[in-house]
Amino acid sequence: MKKIKIFKFAGEFAENKDAARKVRIDLVTPILKKGDEVVLDFGKVDSATQSFIHALLSELIRKFGPEVLDKIVFKNCNENVKGIINIVVDYMQI
Amino acid sequence: MKIHIPNSAWLGNIDQFLRSFETSNPQRLEITTHKEWISVHPLVLSMVAALGMTCEKSGVTSEQMEAKSKHYLKRMGLFDFLKIKTDIKIEEHESAGRFIPLTQIFNNEELTRFITDVIPLLHLRPEQAQPIRYVVSELTRNVFEHSRSKIGAIVCAQYFKKTNRISVGIVDTGVGIKKTISESYPVKKDSEAIRLALTPGITGTTRRIGGTEFNAGAGLFFIKSIAKTNRNFFVIYSGSALYKLLKTPTGKKVHLYGDSHQDKHSGGDSFPYWQGTAVGVDIGLDAKEEFSDLLKLINNTYSKTVKERKKEFYKKARFI
Repeated sequence: MKKIKIFKFAGEFAENKDAARKVRIDLVTPILKKGDEVVLDFGKVDSATQSFIHALLSELIRKFGPEVLDKIVFKNCNENVKGIINIVVDYMQI
Repeated sequence: MKIHIPNSAWLGNIDQFLRSFETSNPQRLEITTHKEWISVHPLVLSMVAALGMTCEKSGVTSEQMEAKSKHYLKRMGLFDFLKIKTDIKIEEHESAGRFIPLTQIFNNEELTRFITDVIPLLHLRPEQAQPIRYVVSELTRNVFEHSRSKIGAIVCAQYFKKTNRISVGIVDTGVGIKKTISESYPVKKDSEAIRLALTPGITGTTRRIGGTEFNAGAGLFFIKSIAKTNRNFFVIYSGSALYKLLKTPTGKKVHLYGDSHQDKHSGGDSFPYWQGTAVGVDIGLDAKEEFSDLLKLINNTYSKTVKERKKEFYKKARFI
């Protein structure tokens, strides 16, 4: 299972959508395309914006379907980051 | 154009200030001020600075300021933005803990730097800084992505010790919300456009609920929700429309609504035309509500609002 450390690209406050998009396109999508699983490690990230998480995840859910969530594991998320991820994951499946 | 900086202009009474703004002759700006004392929200300073930047060179004039609080305007950087020379002398204090002077932000990199380097100067506890960072980031990115503002975003903030509150003003002089929303939704009035822009799942970039890979149409709804949960004001002014979320009184349960017109609000469509968008938010730092609880509340409202097309089964994120 491949691991991507979000902090490395986004810092402690993950708000830069360009960074999120880059992680999705350059790192996450190739792993998923191979059918592998990926760990998104939010260690040291103390908060994130909905825009950041949307830019990171929404297109994956749209492109690969909600089943892609079986291939993605979110690690070391605090309550705030979990909350934002849940919001995006939920509304992308409405 | 003519603008008067009054004795008092806060989000609660901002209407009078906005109504006094005169929009004729957009190449020139004449600024007048209250003679004795000026006490204004950062939104007012951001608006005046932004107006000055849209004028032609040396098109800004200001009468000799007499108000005692003119030093405050100087310290916030207003005269530098307006390129007005003054003889006001100030002692340069460390700004930490009190305010963020007027700042022009043009792109994502500058915004990230602003959030990383400037907001910590307010010396807030992490849980207090969280909503401020969130609000500044989302509102300023909106400017870059939607407004086409030639001057970028003009931002400033002030901490008020007595009320333990941060007030933020973020302004652009771009195309305005109506133009942006009209790209996907037919709207006749600025107020209709603001109402749509505040509705979860609606963005000017697409008619598809949930937005595009880059825009979800959730940003403004989040900001309004943060203000409402904290029982504070939130003001958005674009074109000739003002929407002002009113404070939820202490003791009254906070409900979030997908339709901003269900919230207790004021405003209307009869204000002097603002070319662009101006947003003012107050954030109380005494809030007992945890940010994570607020997110749960937002999620419920968001889902409720757009769930007509809810699928019966969907997967959940897995956390380890």
